[in-house]
Amino acid sequence: MTLDKLRPGNACIVKRLTAIDKLGRRLMDMGFYPSLSLKVIRNAPLEDPMEVEMDGFFLSLRHEEARFVEVEQK
Amino acid sequence: MKGEKTLVALAGQPNSGKSTVFNALTGASQYVANYPGVTVEKKTGSYKYDGGKVEVVDLPGTYSLTSYSLEERVTRDFLLHEGPSVVVDVIDASNIKRNLYLTFQLLEMEIPIILDLNMMDVADRRDIRIDTDKLGKKLGVSVVPTTIKKGKGKKELVMSIAYLSGGGQAFQPSRIDYGTMEPFLREIKDKLSEEKPISEGYPLRWAAIKLMEGDSEALKLIGKKRSNPEEFLEFVENERRRFESEQNEAPEHHIAFSRQRTADTIVRACVKPKTKNERPLSDRVDGFICNKFLGPIFLVAVIYVLYYLSIVQGYNLTSYTWPLLAKIRSLTESIMPEPGFIYEPLIRSFSLWFVDSINALLNYIPIFFILFGLIAILEDIGYMPRMAFILDRIFSKFGLHGQSTLPMVLGGIYVGGCAVPAVMSTKGIPDERSRLATILTIPMLNCLAKVPLYVLLINIYYAQHKVLAMFFISTISLLIVLTVAKLLTLTVLKDKETAPFILEMPPYHLPTIRGVIGRAVERVWLFIRKIITIVAAIAVIIFALLQFPGISDDRNAYYNGEKEKAVGIFYKKIEGASYADRLQGENLMALVLYWDKYKKAKMMAKGKEAVKALNNKFEEENPVFFKIVQPKKDKAAKKVNKAFKKLFKERRKLLREIKKEKIDNSFLGRIGRYLEPATQWAGFNWRVNVALLSAFAAKESSVATLGALYQQEEEGETLETRMEKGESGFTPLHALALMLFMVLYPPCIATTIMVKIQTGSIKWMLFSMFYPMVLGIFAAILVFTGGSALGLSGLEVMFVFYSLALAITVMMGFVKSRPETI
Ligand SMILES: Nc1nc2c(ncn2[C@@H]2O[C@H](COP(=O)(O)OP(=O)(O)OP(=O)(O)O)[C@@H](O)[C@H]2O)c(=O)[nH]1
Ligand SMILES: [Mg+2]
Repeated sequence: MTLDKLRPGNACIVKRLTAIDKLGRRLMDMGFYPSLSLKVIRNAPLEDPMEVEMDGFFLSLRHEEARFVEVEQK
Repeated sequence: MKGEKTLVALAGQPNSGKSTVFNALTGASQYVANYPGVTVEKKTGSYKYDGGKVEVVDLPGTYSLTSYSLEERVTRDFLLHEGPSVVVDVIDASNIKRNLYLTFQLLEMEIPIILDLNMMDVADRRDIRIDTDKLGKKLGVSVVPTTIKKGKGKKELVMSIAYLSGGGQAFQPSRIDYGTMEPFLREIKDKLSEEKPISEGYPLRWAAIKLMEGDSEALKLIGKKRSNPEEFLEFVENERRRFESEQNEAPEHHIAFSRQRTADTIVRACVKPKTKNERPLSDRVDGFICNKFLGPIFLVAVIYVLYYLSIVQGYNLTSYTWPLLAKIRSLTESIMPEPGFIYEPLIRSFSLWFVDSINALLNYIPIFFILFGLIAILEDIGYMPRMAFILDRIFSKFGLHGQSTLPMVLGGIYVGGCAVPAVMSTKGIPDERSRLATILTIPMLNCLAKVPLYVLLINIYYAQHKVLAMFFISTISLLIVLTVAKLLTLTVLKDKETAPFILEMPPYHLPTIRGVIGRAVERVWLFIRKIITIVAAIAVIIFALLQFPGISDDRNAYYNGEKEKAVGIFYKKIEGASYADRLQGENLMALVLYWDKYKKAKMMAKGKEAVKALNNKFEEENPVFFKIVQPKKDKAAKKVNKAFKKLFKERRKLLREIKKEKIDNSFLGRIGRYLEPATQWAGFNWRVNVALLSAFAAKESSVATLGALYQQEEEGETLETRMEKGESGFTPLHALALMLFMVLYPPCIATTIMVKIQTGSIKWMLFSMFYPMVLGIFAAILVFTGGSALGLSGLEVMFVFYSLALAITVMMGFVKSRPETI
């Protein structure tokens, strides 16, 4: 399952990053790594982008980008 | 450290407080905002300590140190090549884990590091307990807790810097264990140390890690130092491939994940997580601010208040500041040589033109000050990322970015913005393609200076449908901007770098007064410094183009003859009157000036008292002239007064005719005529061309020039009536074409300079001037020639054009521009 499929309120654990290059780099630098647990907080008024929380840190990203984060729902 | 110079660098993740630390240390007022990525270039300052000078460099915030973004490259190159004696790693104490990710990379560069645990107040408030000693030991660096916004911990930080740069090394920096990758790193290190040069420039382990990471620039940098780069790079590539097949994990992933996991382990050991498990306040606030329904409403309200306070109230403020500027003008007027009967000395007309041009811009300063102040508040609070979050969906469909919102608002998303601050505010957009698309399209929004022309034309040609026409013009520009942005993205900007949206949503902060005012002043100052100087230069050029070559000798003689005639009539009329002999020769001109000055002064004087004082003053100055100006019951004086009024009017008429002829005859006038055969398809005659050309420096000039072209025939005629009379052939269709051209009109000089500053390229600056012109002509011709051919009225064409634009915009929104896989 990928992160973009989750709805607000869902929590999950990151399994794998499938993006390479710039997006992959950026995801890693912003703190995504396997075994990280995160929670989807909300979607923007027009559904995209989404906001997630990881360890008290809030991040927004587009669904298109969240597709590259494989997760396991908790 | 007496007399020595120490170099200290401030590094850290975005929004951790580096610039605040910088300001605290150096006493400067560096740009601080609650928005990641505020500082893009590095800034330098210094302070004195123990007799020595400590130079401090504020580096851009980076999440990491690869070569993917400009800021990261700036920071990394500085650390590698400038050799700072100490790096202060400013980290957010309420978010240690993610901040350590960068700390590890700094440690790998083997530079002495101090960990500035900033924002302790936030950590305390959230009940996050940090064992700083343990943290320092685990990392092998000295840790200084600070709440730098309130000045807490500054002394300790300064002492710590002094100690470390004086050669004291607190601990042995720890290093990350990359586990299964360690053998690979060792092999690369061995290979690196075979040849001498590399061990001089860079720390070996750092270089090995970078190479395994596949960092393109590191590969280039290090490869360059080898005697046989191809062979070496191939060796590295082989190692990377071998690791990936053995471990089933990309080496760069392995490296990043190891750092994150190590950070996690350390934080678990040293930080007691908050006991209160409630949602943070900022998140709860966001429940409203980013809510499906309330979010957009709040956004519109914010934009409305922004406009209301800056444009409406700021504009009211200009009625207090304008008299100041008017004073400068009248002061200039008074020190210049006095005008002749029909000729104005060149130096005089030039000086006045110059002052007028500069005043037109200076007049915006109150508006800018309020605007910049409000933006600073929004930035400090942390609303900007929320704005981007709410609108990204729409903007990204057109090749723009969520962070294009602020520039759009500033540029005049409805009516009455200004492209200069708008282009200035594109700085933070990380996506190069969207940033350029934003910069290039913003000038098409409706800035304040375009409004007078709209109002003029709508008042004449759409008097029955004012509201409709105003709605059309203020929303059509947004449709055009979105469409053009998408078109640019699909064509000229196709190959520009894009960046993921991924944006930090920082917690809300309270803005500080000092910060807000400081930033407003700083930006206004930038405007004055960079813009006004160049606009001044351009004003000179336009002046020359409008003034020269001037009128021919023949015509000069003609006007002189007219003057003599008028003067002759005057003398004849007053013959025998007792004042006649006092008005001979030079005295006549003196009376003209006296009369002029008196009328002007009287217009300014308010109240009976003031008029009385004024009368006394003028009477004292010249009792005879005063009698003529105010004859009262004196019969002879009355006679002279009447004749003189006639003469004065005649003079004014001559002056106007000369001015008009000068413009007709000027270089600009000639260009306008020269262009007429082409522009007639858009419905522009040469006069309109001249007005548009003169608007190039500043758009408000268009109406001013039209004012000069359509001369008054009777006293007090408005420009509206004059234009209607002067252009009997003009129809609403002409007006529509002209207004559309104005929407697409190339950015004013001030904006183009800002474009140059923000894109750093003359090429883009020229492009930003050129393409709107082509587009504008095209749209105007389409509307005018097309509308005439179909026999449609201006209003009908307006509907057709609007529907077309709307349809195209919606269609454009569906065209895919970003690659499906990234
Ligand atoms: N509560 C609190 N806020 C702080 C402290 N230090 C800085 N801030 C605030 O944090 C925000 C970010 O500060 P900056 O100094 O602009 O951060 P920066 O690291 O320079 O950010 P970039 O230039 O974007 O990398 C501002 O709103 C500051 O007022 C602190 O000790 N406590
Ligand atoms: Mg900064």
